[in-house]
Amino acid sequence: MADATLNVGQLGEPSGTKPKRTFSRRNIILYGTLIVIAMYYLLPLYVMVVTSLKGMPEIRLGNIFAPPVEITFEPWAKAWATACTGLNCDGLSRGFWNSVQITIPSVIISIAIASVNGYALANWRFKGADVFFTILIFGAFIPYQVMLYPMVILLREMGIYGTLTGLVIVHTIFGMPILTLLFRNYFTSIPEELFKAARVDGAGFWSIYLKIMLPMSLPIFVVAMILQITGIWNDFLFGVVYTKPDIYPMTVQLNNIVNSVQGVKEYNVNMAATILTGLVPLTVYFISGKLFVRGIAAGAVKG
Amino acid sequence: MANVSVKNLVLNFGSVEVLRDLNIEIPSGEFLVLLGASGCGKSTLLNCIAGLLDITEGQIFIGDKNVTWSEPKDRDIGMVFQSYALYPQMTVEGNLSFGLKNAGLGKQDIEQRIARAAEILQIEPLLKRKPSALSGGQRQRVAIGRALVRDVDVFLFDEPLSNLDAKLRADLRVEIKRLHQTLKNTMIYVTHDQIEAMTLADRIAIMKQGIVQQLDTPYAIYNSPVNKYVAGFIGSPEMNFFDGKLAGAKADGFEVEGKKISLKGYDFADAPRQAGQGACLGVRPEQVVVGSAAKAMPVKAKATVELVEPMGADTLVWSNFAGKPFRFLMEGTAQIGIGDKLDIGFDPAKANLFDAETELRL
Ligand SMILES: Nc1ncnc2c1ncn2[C@@H]1O[C@H](COP(=O)(O)OP(=O)(O)OP(=O)(O)O)[C@@H](O)[C@H]1O
Ligand SMILES: [Mg+2]
Repeated sequence: MADATLNVGQLGEPSGTKPKRTFSRRNIILYGTLIVIAMYYLLPLYVMVVTSLKGMPEIRLGNIFAPPVEITFEPWAKAWATACTGLNCDGLSRGFWNSVQITIPSVIISIAIASVNGYALANWRFKGADVFFTILIFGAFIPYQVMLYPMVILLREMGIYGTLTGLVIVHTIFGMPILTLLFRNYFTSIPEELFKAARVDGAGFWSIYLKIMLPMSLPIFVVAMILQITGIWNDFLFGVVYTKPDIYPMTVQLNNIVNSVQGVKEYNVNMAATILTGLVPLTVYFISGKLFVRGIAAGAVKG
Repeated sequence: MANVSVKNLVLNFGSVEVLRDLNIEIPSGEFLVLLGASGCGKSTLLNCIAGLLDITEGQIFIGDKNVTWSEPKDRDIGMVFQSYALYPQMTVEGNLSFGLKNAGLGKQDIEQRIARAAEILQIEPLLKRKPSALSGGQRQRVAIGRALVRDVDVFLFDEPLSNLDAKLRADLRVEIKRLHQTLKNTMIYVTHDQIEAMTLADRIAIMKQGIVQQLDTPYAIYNSPVNKYVAGFIGSPEMNFFDGKLAGAKADGFEVEGKKISLKGYDFADAPRQAGQGACLGVRPEQVVVGSAAKAMPVKAKATVELVEPMGADTLVWSNFAGKPFRFLMEGTAQIGIGDKLDIGFDPAKANLFDAETELRL
């Protein structure tokens, strides 16, 4: 009797890693939910890819989930190079290059200015810093629609309404509040003593920014870049309002291709065009996903 | 080498008064320690001297030059921080040379200075490493080196050793003392470690709520504290205090709970006093003698042991005297148990007497 209890006690004695059952009820529910949610997001993408690879006759059969019988890249070529939007018939390629010309300077300029703003606000408590910061935060909450028309007037007076330069300026201004906030919070999380040490070492405003702060802030710059690249690339409203047909960004052109009323609806071309337009943000996410998460974790959301 | 003088310094953070009309004169080459409880304004004072905070009122002189409005880099100071504050992306060498490059020094000069500092601080093998690959003690050495290479007149230390373990702290403490003896710079050192303060300082400034309570040599601070706060703050274990009143015709005795204690031999301060005036007698645990030696003491009593705290070299004994807890130190080898009765005694000439109301020394 005494022996038996002792034995059981030894066998059941917990030791080492705690065993986990793979098919516990908790795991089934957890992974089941995750798979369902993943499907929900992936299915539309699947339909788009499949449709873009079919010819029109096959699409008319109506099986949207069926894989293509005969794979064709014709729709992709057409979407890129020959689809018609209004007057031009050179496809999305024109919009793509416009978007590149809009996105690159906007991203660089807005991040450059916002990071200096954030740094000044976090480390150099200059006179009126609080007021400036409040105004910026307030700016983040004003609906864009309110500022659309005043901005048009402003750009017209400056003589850059309807130009790429104008649109770049608009993107830079509208990205400022949220980016400044992002950088300010990040720089505030860097120990103040580091900044003090640099001042004692005789470094000035720019020297501290370039030599001390910048090298420590890669994660937050990646976050800002992703936010800006996707935001500006996907922008439609400003593109329509502040540019003219020749220099429409890719999103606006996509809309014009998809919504063109003359002729038959070429679903495969539309799908290909849409995927092409979304390719840039998608690539950015894939490349920098890890850095993005790390940057967010490194104080971007603190504050 | 430069003297530092702080005149009528006031510093407010908004409506919070942190430093109030503070005056300190530090002669050239002195090692001054700022000691005080957390939040009393030590770091704030140091930052003001360094020029990292804009002061509200007053003046600061370094080397007889008015630097009240000068930038930190123009004050000829070097500062060492509690968190080391090394630039993480630079090597040790980069950290040391950063300030020199900012000052526009030549390459050869920079190399020479780094080599000299590295030799003094014994960090030569570490020069190519990044701060993240250093131990706490090594990081603090590099931080000191950063001030050292700049050949500054005044060193400011803000609790440089408090992130280190006890043994390393003791080692670096000695090194800092040696450094001071070699360089003979003026050093201002913030700490809340009494032992650091006592061992390093030429003079100690005890601060409380932005006011300097006493500025004197470690000996004077320990043996004749100017008020009850300083007396209680310095010394570990803490001084025993007894609230009573002055007695005798010349007010040269002390009475507590009906017990009369003669204060023969006590060096009274100049403050006026009268019999019946409320007072507080302070006796350090280490001034109490136990056993046969107690018989020779002017003040004698019997004590019952209530609690024993062995500390190795000494043993702290808790008992009761005049209705209040009374602690005293015995040798670490003493064999005593709870309930033991001991003869104790002390010499009031070495005790401290404070006014009950103003808490100033009597
Ligand atoms: N930026 C600030 N704004 C408002 N109050 C502040 C600020 N910095 C410090 N204080 C206050 O000033 C007082 C003194 O702070 P200080 O850092 O000088 O204390 P300290 O003596 O160095 O303390 P510790 O030993 O904990 O480092 C504290 O009460 C603190 O709350
Ligand atoms: Mg402090």
